[in-house]
Amino acid sequence: MAARVLVGVKRVIDYAVKIRVKPDNTGVVTDGVKHSMNPFCEIAVEEAVRLKEKKLVKEVVAVSCGPQQVQETIRTALAMGADRGIHVEVSGKDYDTLGPLQVSKILAALAKKEEASLVILGKQAIDDDCNQTGQMTAALLDWPQGTFASEVTIDGDKIKVIREIDGGLETIKINMPAVVTADLRLNTPRYATLPNIMKAKKKKIASVKPGELGVDLTSRLEVLRVEEPAQRQAGVKVETVEDLVGKLKEAGRI
Amino acid sequence: MRWALVLLPRLERQTRRLSGKRDFNRSCSLFCVLQESQSFAVNMFKGQISTTQVFPFPSVLNEDQSTFLRELVGPVSKFFEEVNDPAKNDTLEKVEDHTLEGLKELGAFGLQVSTELGGVGLNNTQYARLVEIVGMHDLGVGITLGAHQSIGFKGILLFGNKQQKEKYLPKLASGETVAAFCLTEPASGSDAASIRTTAVPSSCGKYYTMNGSKIWISNAGLAEIFTVFAKTPVKDVKTGEVKDKITAFIVERSFGGVTHGPPEKKMGIKASNTAELYFENVQVPAENVLGEVGGGFKVAMNILNNGRFGMAAALSGTMKGVIAKAVDHAANRTQFGNKIHNYGVIQEKMARMAMLQYVTESMAYMVSGNMDSGATDFQIEAAISKIFASEAAWLVTDECIQIMGGMGFMKDAGVERVLRDLRIFRIFEGTNDILRLFVALNGFQNAGNQLKSLQKALKNPLGNAGLLAGEITKRAKRKAGLSTGLSLQGSIHPELISFLILSLMACQIQLPYQINHLTYVCFADEQFVLHRVADCAIDLYAMVVVLSRASRSLSQGHSSAQHEKMLCETWCIEAHDRIMRDIKFLKSGSSKQIFKNLRAISSAVVENGTVVAPHPLGM
Repeated sequence: MAARVLVGVKRVIDYAVKIRVKPDNTGVVTDGVKHSMNPFCEIAVEEAVRLKEKKLVKEVVAVSCGPQQVQETIRTALAMGADRGIHVEVSGKDYDTLGPLQVSKILAALAKKEEASLVILGKQAIDDDCNQTGQMTAALLDWPQGTFASEVTIDGDKIKVIREIDGGLETIKINMPAVVTADLRLNTPRYATLPNIMKAKKKKIASVKPGELGVDLTSRLEVLRVEEPAQRQAGVKVETVEDLVGKLKEAGRI
Repeated sequence: MRWALVLLPRLERQTRRLSGKRDFNRSCSLFCVLQESQSFAVNMFKGQISTTQVFPFPSVLNEDQSTFLRELVGPVSKFFEEVNDPAKNDTLEKVEDHTLEGLKELGAFGLQVSTELGGVGLNNTQYARLVEIVGMHDLGVGITLGAHQSIGFKGILLFGNKQQKEKYLPKLASGETVAAFCLTEPASGSDAASIRTTAVPSSCGKYYTMNGSKIWISNAGLAEIFTVFAKTPVKDVKTGEVKDKITAFIVERSFGGVTHGPPEKKMGIKASNTAELYFENVQVPAENVLGEVGGGFKVAMNILNNGRFGMAAALSGTMKGVIAKAVDHAANRTQFGNKIHNYGVIQEKMARMAMLQYVTESMAYMVSGNMDSGATDFQIEAAISKIFASEAAWLVTDECIQIMGGMGFMKDAGVERVLRDLRIFRIFEGTNDILRLFVALNGFQNAGNQLKSLQKALKNPLGNAGLLAGEITKRAKRKAGLSTGLSLQGSIHPELISFLILSLMACQIQLPYQINHLTYVCFADEQFVLHRVADCAIDLYAMVVVLSRASRSLSQGHSSAQHEKMLCETWCIEAHDRIMRDIKFLKSGSSKQIFKNLRAISSAVVENGTVVAPHPLGM
């Protein structure tokens, strides 16, 4: 199968970091905070690399949107086995308001430009938990989608996807080209070895601007305020049922 | 100037008597540094402040190297957090098989081997950063890796010829073969020059036959490639006399005749394999001589010297990890109605732990930075960093257990294992006691050299008027307690200049003056004195190192700069006090009495086989 796979990787705050809200409540503190590849994106890269190792796809291209720092994330994908990278340059205000709609437009444009047969993404990012990019990308391309994948099998020009759904597992068969989003149990990502990181230095990362892809980055959303979850208040013990009813009435609950 | 003529022969006599063996004396002179040395420690003993190597704090990584290093930190940390199980390694008394394989795949076995030969090609500073991660998680694994690459095959990196490098390094870098450093014998530990393993050249000259045994060799049970030190007969070209000198060899287990004993049961670093090695008529090809025939002692000392910065780096990582555990406990444990970190006693412990870690980390990167900048005379600083790091790590971990109380003593908390692992660090790779003597003796050696040139000048006073005049002025100034003129003003941040510089200068002046003064000390007291002189030197170097680092943070406007200034200030005030106190003691009359008593007490106890004083109850 001479297919090309596009994998999206997002640079997010590391899962182990304690998140702090900025004093002006406009967002969270990102300066000097440890960032790494979104865990679901790691699973997506791993799946793409495994398909290449099974000789079911020809080339794996890693894509990330953001400022200069996202190149580190692309390099991690290259160290895991991706062949080349594309850095879509987005910075400043545009980066602050970059969301699934904009990213999916970019990915759709790239998928066409690169003549990809498969786009694999993480099911959601751990910073915004949107769970929209994969679905929007498929819609913009008018391609079938296999989301929450826990198993992917390529069969000729069709893909069998086993999806994790509320009731259990659902198996579907979709045509290629398609968009697949990775769920937790799809695979266990490999560790980037130091020699592979060194080899990755020689792999190419091309830079491209959203304008060149004909994408408009204007956001339809405005973040009004970001707050920490409310502190849990202490409870109150009551002696009798009458007391309880009284307290509830007091609090305006009944 | 008769005092100069008297001093010199005394100095040489003392050095020889102390070493007892000519080889040690020779090694001292091998480390004898040229008068143009840039090393801070060397110049410190001469009463001069040489700032080249210490200010500004070395910044040796270019953008590429820095970015590359940052990319490596993640995967290595991840491996140690998720794959390596230190508790399991400790219980099994070996590194788990899948962990060792994982480390080999990761590329951790050839970090400093060039990329052309299959390694990662890291310089010393980059290596230090990765070794910090290993130190933070598992010292047993740290020693396994260190015994392999930091000393095991370092000889091939430093002294190997092209054929040796191409033959051995690729497999060593991938971990296909493991290496070990073989110097210590049952009768030769600190006295390394007295080893008895022999390597006799064949009559055809094509090979050597090696016989002997080595003890406590890390990786002995795993290794394929051994760097072995043995005595070979060497003919002196000039005199024709044949003497036994040490030669270094690369020995392969496949040569036959190499066997090892069972793994030793140890207090700590249990995961690391330590065993005896036996060489029985092992035939070693002549091409496997490492360095020069007869030049083995120099090879050994250089290997150990070259790997020392790694220890300070690893231990600074260990301390960071342990401090985090202590903080976690102190911030969450409530007693007497408050979180215990609010209590003064705990606060002092935490602060001291932070300071010790800061100093160690600063030393590690100062030394590695100097090495990467091309300095070749860093042996005193490397020795100081090893002494400091091993003792600081022990104190910090001990205090961590104290802060954690009973919990700290429990296996599950994971700290008692770290303490057990740390104990060996004050012993191996040059015991701290020997290294202290080495540091202090270098001071005497260098003071002696300067006096040598003075002695020459004295023979022709008129012709050398300038040198003499300068020396007289210097000593007169010293006696008056004034600075010899060299200023640190340009290199230190204004906020730190104040009395910190003055205290540094005060120590600077006192120390060498004291050394000159001490040459009148009688030989018997020598080691008591040297030990204290070394402590002063260590404290002084530590002061300079933190001044340099804190200065850089202040100049660069780091958010942590004020905190670092506090660490630096506190350290320097206390170090200054310690140095002045030691010098005062050494100058005082009571020191002679104390040393006399110490000697007498020791002698009596040795003669009696145990303590001498009878039981207070009379039974």
